[in-house]
Amino acid sequence: MFTLALHAARKTPADIIAENFSLLALALLSFGAVIFLFFLLASRTSVKTQEWLKYLVFLVPSILLLVVGLIYPAIRTLILAFMDKEAETFVGFDNFVWAFTIPEITVVLANTAIWVVTAPILSTVIGLAIAYMTDRMKRPAAIKSLIFMPMAISFVGAGIIWKFVYNYQPNDNKPDIGLLSAIFKGLGLTPPNWLLEAPLNSFLLIVVMIWIQTGFAMVVLSAALKNIPDEVVEAAMLDGAAPWKRFYLVSVPMIRATIVVVLTTITIGTLKVFDIVRTMTGGNFQTNVIANEMYSQAFRQMNFGRGSALAIILFVAIIPIIIYNIRQLRLERTER
Amino acid sequence: MSTLRRRVVALGATAVAATLVMAGCASTETVTEETTATGSDACAAYEAYMGNEGTEVEIYTTIIDPEASLFIESFAEFEDCTGITINWNGTQEFEAQISVRVEGGTAPDIAIFPQPGLLAKFAGNGLVPANDATSASVDENYTADWKTYGTVDGVFYGSPLGANVKSFVWYSPKTFADKGWSIPTTWDELLALSDTVAAEGSVQPWCVGFGSGDATGWVGTDWMEDLMLRFQDAATYDQWVSGELPFNDPKVAEVLAEAGKILKNPAYVGDVASIATTTFQEGGAGLVDGSCAMHRQASFIGGILAADFGATIVDPSDTTTEGGITTFYFPGVSADNKPALGGGEFIGIFADRPEVHAVQHYLTTPEWNNKKAALGGWFSANLGLDTANVADPVNKVAVEILQNASTFRFDGSDVMPAEVGAGSFWKEMTAWVAEDKSDKAVLDAIYASWPY
Repeated sequence: MFTLALHAARKTPADIIAENFSLLALALLSFGAVIFLFFLLASRTSVKTQEWLKYLVFLVPSILLLVVGLIYPAIRTLILAFMDKEAETFVGFDNFVWAFTIPEITVVLANTAIWVVTAPILSTVIGLAIAYMTDRMKRPAAIKSLIFMPMAISFVGAGIIWKFVYNYQPNDNKPDIGLLSAIFKGLGLTPPNWLLEAPLNSFLLIVVMIWIQTGFAMVVLSAALKNIPDEVVEAAMLDGAAPWKRFYLVSVPMIRATIVVVLTTITIGTLKVFDIVRTMTGGNFQTNVIANEMYSQAFRQMNFGRGSALAIILFVAIIPIIIYNIRQLRLERTER
Repeated sequence: MSTLRRRVVALGATAVAATLVMAGCASTETVTEETTATGSDACAAYEAYMGNEGTEVEIYTTIIDPEASLFIESFAEFEDCTGITINWNGTQEFEAQISVRVEGGTAPDIAIFPQPGLLAKFAGNGLVPANDATSASVDENYTADWKTYGTVDGVFYGSPLGANVKSFVWYSPKTFADKGWSIPTTWDELLALSDTVAAEGSVQPWCVGFGSGDATGWVGTDWMEDLMLRFQDAATYDQWVSGELPFNDPKVAEVLAEAGKILKNPAYVGDVASIATTTFQEGGAGLVDGSCAMHRQASFIGGILAADFGATIVDPSDTTTEGGITTFYFPGVSADNKPALGGGEFIGIFADRPEVHAVQHYLTTPEWNNKKAALGGWFSANLGLDTANVADPVNKVAVEILQNASTFRFDGSDVMPAEVGAGSFWKEMTAWVAEDKSDKAVLDAIYASWPY
């Protein structure tokens, strides 16, 4: 109501801060009180009941959250995928037939394939190279921090940053703020409209993904390299193995499991890529990928059936990689 | 002073006790006293709405501050004279919440619908038809198109409120005066002017930007709609929007070809493909920095160009201000073909009470429309609206366009099914410039995506 809005408008920032913090304090206090009460009650029960309570306390919240946040939405998505756009009538496999017959689907699938092949491999290779080179360095912290820093930037933020790098100014009389264009012009070349030229634009978007994921690959692989026992490396050196041979005959096989985990983890992330494409091209200019089309269908065009069907397709595509990923993780653990 | 305003003053008082006392005093008794005190002159105009003293009417709307305060101010005299208190309840959640409130049995007395489609959903589902007084007032004060938008199945529910206009070409009056260019009044003259500007060579005739994040391409759909209204009649436009006319019909193809005369002509727009990567804001900015002569865009771009690019919005007669920009009417095929593309709000009522009808009626009168417009930053399609009360030069042109419009139509892509209106239409217009996709391929693709 209008009058209420006026009341709110008269609060000073100090009032609001004080109010919010007292609310926070109250929340923490009541949380503490509940825990205290719980332990008090638990301490008075028999040992056998305590055992049961333990399971209850640790399992129930996580099961509850899983059901509400994962299992229910997953089932609902599966049901929606077979419904029409208003989620009212059952349409069978119509949405899936649609997904594989629209003319754009070839572009979407081809792009997704390009992403999945290039982004994980390049991120892992570059990450591994940096990890190996900095492994024997005296002070690798500075370099590693710089490489790792993009990990802290959200995909949307990274997309916006790189959009500036790829900026194209068609009018020669206006200042060009694009870094890449500037480099091209400096070399006396004519820059193309970067984000418009397919298939170049897809690769330029992939560069952003690599920029972000290399840090992750580097950190994990660097830890794995550190775990290789010195004796093994020394033995190879004594046997007269050249540095390059030591790398691909000793180091790489020793951390093979970790490499596979890194590779599959980035692959899963790449399959789901959405933010970069949406921020930089909006899926236009033949850069569309499945996750972006899924969002457009569900939340732009309000066709929950088609959106859900695309989500299911994506999910099915990711499952085998997840299984492989988990197997490798287990393998890695048993090796140690 | 209205009771609302008095409440504002009262709340400003620091002492809580004083607030209580004053709010207590601000009852209907004081109002009637004041009414007699101010004399019957000011209140004579409100004769038609009398007899509802002490009642309250809630208006539920998307319009929030700062605009809301201007609305409240415009009601002040009405409230004082009639004794009806108007409670303004603005929320950005309106579109989601209105269904909840109507279905939950707590419908507002009055709702301001931002588009007619939403209003139509409540016809026969809580909405009360407008009474004869309101209906007669709308007949008298608006063109027939506006009444049609508020009519569902032959019953008139929604009276028009504010309006906006998209059929604008932005330009610099100084540049036009310096170069001796005159304002075109037909589409052919517009093309001829573009040729003249291109031949002169110092500036590019048009700046166009389709870029708008995940909504890239909407600027192209606006061009299409404006030209559809010009090259085809209103009935064909309606069929096109509703899907009765196939999207790849030769009539639509003709319009896209006309749009291509400007949008796909490198002599007019420079690098055609980069239209797709130029944001609509940057597109307008070209006008401010003098790199192009014309820019087709709705009225809102003026605010963006003024705030972010240092533009000065001037009167079309001001030919001396450096960097001053303003608008002319996006011309029709002939000088007397003057359709307008735009949007507007509609008032629907959910309570069949005399005071609610009185408020709805009052808001359709020239008296209120002039009063509201005089407060600034707002206009409507009311034929009684005096442009002298509209201070902003662009809004002034908009009012003239609305009052002289042979037809008025809403933005078609907002009304089309979302698969097209928020999907393929945007995408294909983007591909049309970015990838030089052919007219036929574009229209066929949109046709294929239409959920017939």
